[in-house]
Amino acid sequence: MPDILPPDSVGLVTPQTHKFSTPLALDCGRTLPSYELIYETYGTLNKNHSNAILICHALSSDHHAAGYYSMQDKKPGWWDTCIGPSKPIDTNRFFVVSLNNLGGCQGSTGPKSINPDTGKPYGPDFPIITVRDWVKSQARLGDVLGISQWAAVIGGSLGGMQALQWAIDYPKHLRHCVVIAAAPKLTAQNIAFNEVARQAILSDPEFHAGHYYQHDTVPRRGLMLARMLGHITYLSELGMRKKFGRELREGKINFGFDVEFQVESYLRYQGSSFVDRFDANTYLLMTKALDYFDPASEHNNNLSAALAKVLAQFLIISFTSDWRFSPSRSRQIVKALLYNTKNVSYAEIKAHEGHDAFLMPIPHYLRIFKSYMQQIEDE
Amino acid sequence: MMDLRTDLALISEWIAEGSHVLDLGCGDGTLLAHLRDTRSVTGYGLEIDDDNIALCLQARVNVIHTDLNQGLSDFADDSFDYVVMTQAIQTIHHPDKLLMEMLRVGRQGIVTFPNVGHWHARVSLFFGGVMPTSRALPSEWYDTENIHLCTLRDFEKLCEELDIEVLQRAVVDKRHHSSWFMRLMPNLFGEIALYRLRSKPVKRIYPKK
Repeated sequence: MPDILPPDSVGLVTPQTHKFSTPLALDCGRTLPSYELIYETYGTLNKNHSNAILICHALSSDHHAAGYYSMQDKKPGWWDTCIGPSKPIDTNRFFVVSLNNLGGCQGSTGPKSINPDTGKPYGPDFPIITVRDWVKSQARLGDVLGISQWAAVIGGSLGGMQALQWAIDYPKHLRHCVVIAAAPKLTAQNIAFNEVARQAILSDPEFHAGHYYQHDTVPRRGLMLARMLGHITYLSELGMRKKFGRELREGKINFGFDVEFQVESYLRYQGSSFVDRFDANTYLLMTKALDYFDPASEHNNNLSAALAKVLAQFLIISFTSDWRFSPSRSRQIVKALLYNTKNVSYAEIKAHEGHDAFLMPIPHYLRIFKSYMQQIEDE
Repeated sequence: MMDLRTDLALISEWIAEGSHVLDLGCGDGTLLAHLRDTRSVTGYGLEIDDDNIALCLQARVNVIHTDLNQGLSDFADDSFDYVVMTQAIQTIHHPDKLLMEMLRVGRQGIVTFPNVGHWHARVSLFFGGVMPTSRALPSEWYDTENIHLCTLRDFEKLCEELDIEVLQRAVVDKRHHSSWFMRLMPNLFGEIALYRLRSKPVKRIYPKK
């Protein structure tokens, strides 16, 4: 809880919701007749509406990217490190829009929402959403806010994939594209991790084929396991060693299966607090969106061809210890852009924090990010 | 750019208006920014130093984090008009391979390096019996990044072996000035050497060595 708001914070924020009544045709062939998107904005939109930045979120985050809801909040939004006055995404200059994606569980229409056809929650009947569907829905939010061209679309991890998709699908509607700790598609290993996470949820007896809302329960153990597994892959071996080592909670081993090592305690805490804020059906959907993302697949698996028509200038950032989306995956995007002689810069940040590094206040990362953002013209 | 290094100013004159340029070890992006502003040049800088990458971004120069010792495999054949490398070849593990790579991705190459054939270096080795240091080569032998130092004659011998044609050569002193005696005896009086290169018209498939 901040006693006073830090001077580089966007301060107290309030989310807004917009209801879209125009049906949205989805990649899976189904159509959402209507839907709501919840979003937050920071900073002020200028007269020409030319200083807007769209933030795309990763697997488990949401629209609350920066600032606090109240003075009682323990933590600010998930990317407060990078969004605020004088931060890389400088809210003194930019108007920042951050939304909860379709299929989410923090206020935008998703599996928890009531299906107007049945009067019950969608649950497992909520259509599978793709990255391209998200981008389409985000473009509609831009229309509502009067933004015909974003100064930049920015995202980390799954958010970076959305930024990349933006540059492909709406080339004229963004001037800069910042893709952080992302990949042009998942590897078999990535998909394997997602599958284990899904199986943990699907095999939980409390899952009830996705209709757990009606049974007044949640697949707690499954979602917790999924999150614990995820966390292992978001950290690096060195990062874990530095953070926990083999430290014991009680200073001695107890020859039992209760929590003994600090790393166990950390994973259990992360898993269990995640269950309190996240929906299992949404988790399943998000992992599928990740698995399906592959813009090159429509161009004979040629990423250069997929990126041939992009117009945005790119900044690609990766982190040395990120093994979930390693630097070599970012380089594939860079190489495809170079092949097309597009404007691109690439930085590989030395960091031991693994995939999570993109959320961390790593000085060199923030300096690179800020150096690029400062050159973006807001006119 | 008021204080453009003389070797960079000389290189700028060698590069045609509107060219596409790859700068290996581009530093803070000075050369590419200068070429963009004065000659409408486009291109990319390759750099490994974190601080320099930030400076390139501040100068709006496209910069790609790259270890030059890994080669230029991200770039297609003949994708640049010029591939430039200033004061970096002496730090590369395999200068011969990188030279070939430069002339694979670029139609011409421009290379500058400190000349160890300079009289001062010869004197300090001959009379002092120690590895030469100078303003162009300030480090001691044990902590230097300059692992592949050469003289003008060494470099030209390598070009000959690699079927590389020297299109243009210049030498300057440590203040990056040139003079008549440097032009007369470049290997003795030139402290920094500048070369413009291209592959000889008939390309060999394998290097001779």
